Amino acid sequence: MSSFRVNLRELAKQPPKLLPGHRLCAGCAAPVIVKLALAASDKPTIVTVATGCLEVATTIFPYTSWKVPWIHNAFENAAATASGIEAALKALKRKGRLKYEKVNVIAFAGDGGTYDIGLQALSGALERGHDFVYILYDNEAYMNTGIQRSGGTPKGAWTTTSPSGTVIPGKREHKKPIADIAVAHKIPYVATVSPAHWLDLMRKVHKALEVEGPAFIHAICPCPRGWRFPENRTMEVARLAVDTCFFPLWECENGEWRLTDRSLQIAKRPETKKPVEEYLKVQGRFRHLFKPENRRIIDELQRYVDAVWEDLLKRCGLA
Amino acid sequence: MAEPVKQTVMALNGDEAVAWAVKQCDVDVVAAYPITPQTIIVERFAEFVANGEVDTEFIAVESEHSALSACVGAAAAGARAFTATASQGLALMWEIVYIASSLRLPIVMAIVNRALSAPINIHCDHSDSMGCRDAGWIQIYVEDAQEAYDTVIQAFRIAEHPNVQLPVMVMLDGFFLSHTLQNVSLLPDNVVREFVGVRKPVEVEVPYLGKVPLVLDPENPITLGPLDLYDYYFEHKMQQQEAIESSREVIKQVNEEYAKISGRKYGDGFIDAYGLEDADVAIVVLGSTAGTVRHVAKQMRKEGAKVGMVRLRTFRPFPYEELAEALKGVEVVGVMDRSMSFGGYGGPVFVELRAAFYDLPERPIVLDYVYGLGGRDAPPSMIREIYEELLEVKRTRKVEKVLKFVGVRE
Amino acid sequence: MAELKGWREIPMAAVPWKLSTEFKTGDWRTFRPVIDQEKCVKCLICWVYCPDMAIEWDGEKVTINYDYCKGCGICANECPRKAIRMEEEVR
Repeated sequence: MSSFRVNLRELAKQPPKLLPGHRLCAGCAAPVIVKLALAASDKPTIVTVATGCLEVATTIFPYTSWKVPWIHNAFENAAATASGIEAALKALKRKGRLKYEKVNVIAFAGDGGTYDIGLQALSGALERGHDFVYILYDNEAYMNTGIQRSGGTPKGAWTTTSPSGTVIPGKREHKKPIADIAVAHKIPYVATVSPAHWLDLMRKVHKALEVEGPAFIHAICPCPRGWRFPENRTMEVARLAVDTCFFPLWECENGEWRLTDRSLQIAKRPETKKPVEEYLKVQGRFRHLFKPENRRIIDELQRYVDAVWEDLLKRCGLA
Repeated sequence: MAEPVKQTVMALNGDEAVAWAVKQCDVDVVAAYPITPQTIIVERFAEFVANGEVDTEFIAVESEHSALSACVGAAAAGARAFTATASQGLALMWEIVYIASSLRLPIVMAIVNRALSAPINIHCDHSDSMGCRDAGWIQIYVEDAQEAYDTVIQAFRIAEHPNVQLPVMVMLDGFFLSHTLQNVSLLPDNVVREFVGVRKPVEVEVPYLGKVPLVLDPENPITLGPLDLYDYYFEHKMQQQEAIESSREVIKQVNEEYAKISGRKYGDGFIDAYGLEDADVAIVVLGSTAGTVRHVAKQMRKEGAKVGMVRLRTFRPFPYEELAEALKGVEVVGVMDRSMSFGGYGGPVFVELRAAFYDLPERPIVLDYVYGLGGRDAPPSMIREIYEELLEVKRTRKVEKVLKFVGVRE
Repeated sequence: MAELKGWREIPMAAVPWKLSTEFKTGDWRTFRPVIDQEKCVKCLICWVYCPDMAIEWDGEKVTINYDYCKGCGICANECPRKAIRMEEEVR
């Protein structure tokens, strides 16, 4: 465990790197993730963001909410843009034209710009080993364009392109294991984080920035609008995702797997693991699953979550 | 300098000439993906990198879309960036082509002109680069490997000029130039270095920061690539229009300056005319075919025919004034288009030229000859036939068809 | 509403020239959080979870910046001391 420390009372006095006045929805988890991620390091940082909620709502011309140098290129190329920035910094430094010792390069992208359209650029950047951190803020659908399904949408969820109709009850496919895909690239550091588990998030982002080479952070980003829950329960929902093992918190450092924070606690005390129903019932996007004819899907989800959890425990040597 | 410097002659093909130019221009980042017939540029450059002959970060990206995306990131971070592609690769990066110019990034990209699928064809035509002529890049077409080398060097100067700050596309014909060996005179490293200098980002006035460099710099954090609504997008496009108009002067200036150190001048930078002092008819053409046209024109002039030609070098910004001036007195102009806009009045060069002449009190008859699609050869005999036809039209003043497709079997 | 500028007056490359702090999102609220300073132990959990950076700490007191607070209520929901209550916004 790294000795990363945070003094909230000092941190909260510092000027914010993401400014208020942005137009993300009330109760959105994305700005919380960004705030905590940018607070995890005090080194100079350059940020690139893929098209999506975060990008659009924080840079409506002529306003910007960013107090760090920032570039938005297109939807599917956050990782490619970050690669170019990283290479430029390397070249300029070698030629003695960079005034900084080290500059953090962070790419933020949603599940849209990562699981689906952005997967190629991500895979290429990871394979090439660029020294940057890719943070996926996963609200599990193409939220900015109106809640359409993505590869990150969980099975059974309602979205506008996987609606819960009389014949098909929501998305039929399971969530793509994006963090596993990152691990399969054999990069130095991969971790899952939740904004509700803020210290764990900050510690992991700090570590990701410290490692040399690519790091991938998968952040669950509950969305009051798209997941259909009241906007004051965002952190509750994130907590339930972890408590039910729908979204376990782990890190994989050079192939070594570790559970962290609440998920580690659950592994040690399995009786505290909550049934998936607790998570599903607070979100309107799963409401149709509670109809008698759809109950089997909840059972399927429970079995799926359990299987993935068991597998994770084995990988972490905690089975 | 009083006279051009001593140069080294190397036998290089067009692609290699480009790679050598990039080698000498102190490029910081090259992000490229191979596609025939551009592959040699990338391969040759990778060799330079592997042998430590250049101090450049070479990103072997996983697609052309990522190639230009990485160049955008690199240029935004203050680096001098270069890439090259053709055909499908350019088509794939099309959305980023617009983004690069709209973000005012001085990226230089070599396009080795190749036809677009389908059917897949690896040979030369101009449909790829013509496809993004509206994107706001400066577009220059070269005639031979020497000019490919010279123009890439000039391109960095043009792109990075404070009044321009726009990306530049340098086109060379696929296979005809890319894979054909020529004697290319290379300037000494230090002369090229001095000519292109170090990239110096321009300054932008941002009220909450003051006057800061247009670069991603933690000390002066600017935002690049915001969301525009209908209240400001149009205004931002006007800025681009102003920039590309400002580039006209710069293209001419750089052409002049480069001539002083190399001894090579390409017309006025925009057009290169031959035989127009007394020509009755003329052909307007881009790229390597210009060499064939000039060769035939020379022959026919010896035979007493009053023919001339204009090689159009810079297509964007389009030199409508220069062409109108050069072709004054010519009665019939035949435009050779190596690409077609299906369902349109004619090929892109023809349509531009026609529009340029429309307002003039006296204008020539302008005809379109679409040729060479998919690498179809344009031999001297075909050029001669075109000239004969133009002369016939001059004689009869009768036009049966404005748009013709030559060299194709019915 | 600021006057719209012409293209010669704005920075090149579409660089935004105003910070979002000039855009007060406080008028989005229908409920506003009110901190009971007696109950507040200054743990700053509300600061951590506020999506709008609308909670301020000056070293002594925790205050809500009502210029930006959108009234999401996360702070009230998360406060371990239940020191924040949501009141109906009256304008």
